Amino acid sequence: MKQHYSALSLLRHGINRHTTWAPAWRSPPLKDHYDVIVIGAGGHGLATAYYLAKDHGLTNVAVLDRGWLGGGNIARNTITIRSNYMRDASIPFYVKSVALYEAMTRELNFNMMHSKRGMIDVIQNYPMMRDRRRRQHIMDIYGATYEQITEAEIRRRIPALTGGGPDARLPVVGGYVHTDAAINRHDAVAWGYARAIDAMGGEIHQQTPVTQLLRGPDGRIAGVETPRGVIRAPKVAVAVSGHTTTLTETVGLTLPLRTMNLTAFVSEPVKPLIDVIVNCPDAGFYLNQSDKGELVIGGAPDTGQSFRRDIKQTVFEDTVSAMLSLFPSFKKLKFLRQWGGHLDIAHDASPIQDETDVPGLFVTAGWWGGYKAIPAGGLTLAHLVATGRPHPLMEPFGINRFRHLDYVMETGTTTAR
Amino acid sequence: MTQVDRLATGGRIDRSQTLNFTFNGKGYTGFEGDTLASALLANGVRLTARSFKYHRPRGIVGAGVEEPSTLVELMGANASGNCPATTVRLSEGLVAKSVNCWPSLAFDIGALNQLASRFIPAGFYYKTFKWPNWHVYEGPIRKAAGLAAAPSEPPAKGHFESRFGHCDVLVAGAGPAGLMAALTAARAGLRVMIADEGTEAGGSLLSRKLTIGGAPALDWVAQTVAELAALPNVTHLQNATVWGYREHNYLMVTERAPTNPSLLERTWRVRAGHVITATGAIERGLVFGNNDRPGVMLASAVQTYVKRYGVAPGKRAVIFTNNSSAYAVAADLVAAGVKVVAIVDSRETVPEDARAQVPGIEVMAGKVVTEARGARHLRGVAVTAKTGGAARILSCDLLAVSGGWNPTVHLWSQSRSSLRYDAALATFLPDIPAQAISAAGAATGDLTLNDALRSGAEAAAHVAGCDTPDIPEAPDLPYAVDPLWRVETSTGKAFLDLQNDVTVDDVHLALREGYSNVEHVKRYTTGGMGIDQGKTGNLNIIGTVALAQGIGMDQVGTTTFRAPYTPVSFGAIGGLREDTVALPYRHTPITEWNLAQGAVMYESGARWRRPGYFPRAGEGLQEATNRECRAVRERVGVYDGSPLGTVELKGRDVGRFLDYLYTNVMSSLKPGRGRYGLMLSDDGLIMDDGVCFRLDAHRWIISTSTGHADAINGHLEEMLQTRFPDWNVFITPVTSQWNNATICGPKAREVMAALGTDIDLAPEAFPFMSVRDGVVAGLPARVVRVSFTGELSFEVNVAPRHMRALWAKVMEAGQPFGILPVGSEASHVLRVEKGFLSLGHEVDGTVDAHDLGMGWVMSKKKADHLGKRAVQIRRDGTGPRRELVGVIPEPDCQIPEGAPLTPGGGREETEGFVTACVWSVVQDRWVGLALLENGHARHGDTAHVRLKGGEVIPVRVTPPCHYDPDGAKLRS
Amino acid sequence: MMQIPCPFCGPRNESEFFYGGPVRPSRPDPAAVNDEDWTAWLTQVPNPLGPVQEHWWHARGCGTWLTIWRDTRTHDVVEAPDDAG
Repeated sequence: MKQHYSALSLLRHGINRHTTWAPAWRSPPLKDHYDVIVIGAGGHGLATAYYLAKDHGLTNVAVLDRGWLGGGNIARNTITIRSNYMRDASIPFYVKSVALYEAMTRELNFNMMHSKRGMIDVIQNYPMMRDRRRRQHIMDIYGATYEQITEAEIRRRIPALTGGGPDARLPVVGGYVHTDAAINRHDAVAWGYARAIDAMGGEIHQQTPVTQLLRGPDGRIAGVETPRGVIRAPKVAVAVSGHTTTLTETVGLTLPLRTMNLTAFVSEPVKPLIDVIVNCPDAGFYLNQSDKGELVIGGAPDTGQSFRRDIKQTVFEDTVSAMLSLFPSFKKLKFLRQWGGHLDIAHDASPIQDETDVPGLFVTAGWWGGYKAIPAGGLTLAHLVATGRPHPLMEPFGINRFRHLDYVMETGTTTAR
Repeated sequence: MTQVDRLATGGRIDRSQTLNFTFNGKGYTGFEGDTLASALLANGVRLTARSFKYHRPRGIVGAGVEEPSTLVELMGANASGNCPATTVRLSEGLVAKSVNCWPSLAFDIGALNQLASRFIPAGFYYKTFKWPNWHVYEGPIRKAAGLAAAPSEPPAKGHFESRFGHCDVLVAGAGPAGLMAALTAARAGLRVMIADEGTEAGGSLLSRKLTIGGAPALDWVAQTVAELAALPNVTHLQNATVWGYREHNYLMVTERAPTNPSLLERTWRVRAGHVITATGAIERGLVFGNNDRPGVMLASAVQTYVKRYGVAPGKRAVIFTNNSSAYAVAADLVAAGVKVVAIVDSRETVPEDARAQVPGIEVMAGKVVTEARGARHLRGVAVTAKTGGAARILSCDLLAVSGGWNPTVHLWSQSRSSLRYDAALATFLPDIPAQAISAAGAATGDLTLNDALRSGAEAAAHVAGCDTPDIPEAPDLPYAVDPLWRVETSTGKAFLDLQNDVTVDDVHLALREGYSNVEHVKRYTTGGMGIDQGKTGNLNIIGTVALAQGIGMDQVGTTTFRAPYTPVSFGAIGGLREDTVALPYRHTPITEWNLAQGAVMYESGARWRRPGYFPRAGEGLQEATNRECRAVRERVGVYDGSPLGTVELKGRDVGRFLDYLYTNVMSSLKPGRGRYGLMLSDDGLIMDDGVCFRLDAHRWIISTSTGHADAINGHLEEMLQTRFPDWNVFITPVTSQWNNATICGPKAREVMAALGTDIDLAPEAFPFMSVRDGVVAGLPARVVRVSFTGELSFEVNVAPRHMRALWAKVMEAGQPFGILPVGSEASHVLRVEKGFLSLGHEVDGTVDAHDLGMGWVMSKKKADHLGKRAVQIRRDGTGPRRELVGVIPEPDCQIPEGAPLTPGGGREETEGFVTACVWSVVQDRWVGLALLENGHARHGDTAHVRLKGGEVIPVRVTPPCHYDPDGAKLRS
Repeated sequence: MMQIPCPFCGPRNESEFFYGGPVRPSRPDPAAVNDEDWTAWLTQVPNPLGPVQEHWWHARGCGTWLTIWRDTRTHDVVEAPDDAG
């Protein structure tokens, strides 16, 4: 990194009243040809460009974004990093992603504020206990940790959880701790990657919307069309959660994806109250307290396909009343802000990462809230783009599985579903 | 000490009602009608807060929801944190304290941060705190962050509620424009709802000295409010904030302290035909050195304290403005006896009409305040020409600042309607509506009273389709502004966002480092991300960015306006929906009987509250379950099967309809006979299983699993209505119309006989998988011979009103045979012993009927049924299948349900998992079921369970059925 | 919360309805299509940035399965069923 970040550098620049800091990334002129174009300067797109440069030496790469870098779902999520999945296909991928996140601060010389605080799943019925028990054993095979804890232990570790007593409609019957789980600072992930890509020679072009994918006479991908002109590249990777089909349909390519809106909201900032991630799959919400003191709360997605970043009031009220059932003291806590994001969800609810029927055109999609998958998703997509072969961690997630109806049924992984 | 800064007269406070309150441990008095802020100012309290990052001393800045600075924590029964003191209504005994300072407001240790401030610029934490890891620093930083403590208890008494509201027009805001709009719409006969966040109607008129129709403006307000109150088509809410604007004109209004004393807050979910946002405007601050000193206040707030609360927030005032509205404030201060030293106006030319407001006061045109002086209190200001030069020091203890006015476009923007930048007014204005919405008054840039009244009337007349009424004469000072986003010659920290301590230098640093988009600036500096959401500062941030980048305000653009407009307590959003109100139980008629027997009851899917087991003294789950299982296997048991989904289908085309839905053929069933069947989705995945009986030529009844009853009903209707709309089929869910007692066990027939029935119970007359209508125990009943336990079973269905009687008679008739009630735990054991399917356990989202050893249920005769093609495609694949098998742990031990099977028990990719494991009373050992790769070919082999931590349990692979494999007992 | 025009009941709150998914082309005759077309029909649904035709079931009302055109960007119902009030 050209300009190292440290306490010492802060002191040094502080003496100059911080007028000597160099930009974290450049705004280079847009060329008309690159080796690879990555569409979407969100988490997955930036991570892909980072690993193209770092692992494969590909730096003649442009990341294009219709808005500002880091402005997609990475700017609006619940920053939960975890690997408590249920299938052989999924767990190793997420274990890798968690490990990459843990190393990211040092690797990128940018403080991700990675807080490995663990997640407690608060379980309120017996079928869900069975589901979690199943995960506990299979996760162990891949080195992910998941420990059963008692109701008393849950209440000791989350003192604000005073609801869900024995006579409650949904009593707390037990729980699991996922010690690998963490939260971090989402903007830092985007900015840290952007700075590292820039340092290695990659380019990020903001305010550069792709209006059309372009195919050559041989049927291969040839480039993209933008209001700033046509940009050519033999390989194009689409990492635009929610808008994947909007783009691929410009070359007549349909995919088994639907776009949904998932919303989260925060409370007013308060003094430290909860120092773990709390997930309540039966009640249907999850929350954590950010370093700013806000409780960051998520629930179910809105019904139906949606590109509208606003919560459905019924979904919102359901989530809030579920939360109040376990945290009744939050009645006088105040709701401060909310936001939504466009996710795409594949037909089997597992991600898709593959080269498409248009040679040279790659997609990474269907992450359904893919924040936790960013580093490993970028690593694997870079491998696929650079080598033409799927990364072993992503092999089960190709498009062809829908031709054989060989679904990866990994449901029940976010909240109540 | 009593209210030293209270003016002798004036204000809309009730001086006959003195209220005692405590702030930071010290007692004060105020009057009814005060806010905490006005009462503190009346008592001469100026230092009221510490800032977030640098812990600088802060005072009261605003007079309403825009307050960026003074946040307090309310203590006691209605504890609540982070409340702007300007919105806390004073009440007797109120106890409040400043947030964000320790150990006390005057000696705040966090103020040490000020000394280090040079080394902690915007975003510093991204560059440091990395070694050894963030977790080391997180604890102390988290303690420093956050403001108030969260309430530790729910409200001691009272409750929240929510309700629906419907209207033709919802008017947000009861200032002059809103009242005029409501009046116009109401007179035209529309159903009107008007909601305003203030404690009384009037908006800005409460703080200003204006006339309407030649009389004091507040007379007009009172008359209008009275007329609205008298109209039956008007709902008028005060102290009620419209905070959310959703799709289809659905808005959220939360009413604080409604009239009902037990009610804390009430949220209205309003469906409005049209919305008029008459939400007024919020004054911007001005950005210069130390512009955060206690004593620097918004000019409009100063006016409010003087006019509405009868408080002098200072003795020597300077006005600093870039627009004309502050001149009226100066006039009000003079009238209240406050010395106005000078008006510093950044405009080179001050309009004559503004000067005319303040004869005799020095107007310093083309000048700016570069620095506020004083530490904990303002002592003076430095004034220079806009371009710099020698400073003149004006001594003062109050600086009233006005940076111009921002129309409150939050709701407008939440509705997805667009904004445009207006250069003349130097602010963003409503542009193109996206829903049925219009804006009126200051909220649309009509910043003088006459314009506000007119635009309110016009907006409403447009909706009502009537002529705009005549507007009474309402003279006001014309508004003129010259933008001043920051004072470029200022010295000292110049704050853009007081709440999050964001300075001009911070924004410049962000831009220098490449964080060039306004969203980047906001996130990197945290500007505008506080509780006030930057209501007074955001436009100055945008202006600062525009100046630095040399681009227009419209090119910078605004950040997104998101709900809520102001913070709302979660209780008001949740309303009454708690516990069983939010999630009601379903009960069968014998719930009381079960409870009386000491049954352990819990939800077992689809909200049904069912008995898990019936423990006797000293018994735990396992002992009670074993006893119940033994009763069924050896004698007789009875369980309440009422929650099982039941659907009746009638019509000529039911047969072919069912053939389409089930994998096997149902149309060939003879009346009185039934068949087990599977329903697949078109993906070939198992949706449900159950039995299907034909009652007569055109009448059928099917059962669904308990948890899927509602979904299957929807599925049936969808298939019928969307794919076969012309078929003659009528679908009626009848789960709640039939209850049943399922009598099962070798003695079941004897119990049936003892109950007394006109149905011939002989096996040849009433074989397995058949149905008979008749009389049982004197009750009209439908008896079905199905079995989910593997034993001889009679499912006796009766109307719910007869269920309790039936149950009592069954227990009585069964008593000589040792009958026991059976809970869901025993049912689970009995079905596992038989290898019967449970969707939640064995159907893993991937298996098909062949995997389950139920290939016979897949009809080969039918050309098509739902899922047929998909199952075929999947079976054409080459990958190994996970197939249902029985497992016998060797040595005998319990295997946790869900435990994985791996090759040789190694730590590697799984080849299946144990779906269920139970103590079998017939085998006298643990037995289980599992899905195992190529399991059908591995009967007799040993497979290996691998538990967390590495423990390996060998299991013998068997056929799934552990009991009575040829089914002689259930057919008996 | 949207307001959905039911042809029998008039405009009703979305909470009375169950979402039935986007309308797909008619189910092909399984005997007449190849696997590729069949799986494409099965797994791919229209996902437009704009109006989508979709099913809703008035489950807590009259029980009708109805279709509307809804704009996925705004939730505006751009085309209601015939004779919906």
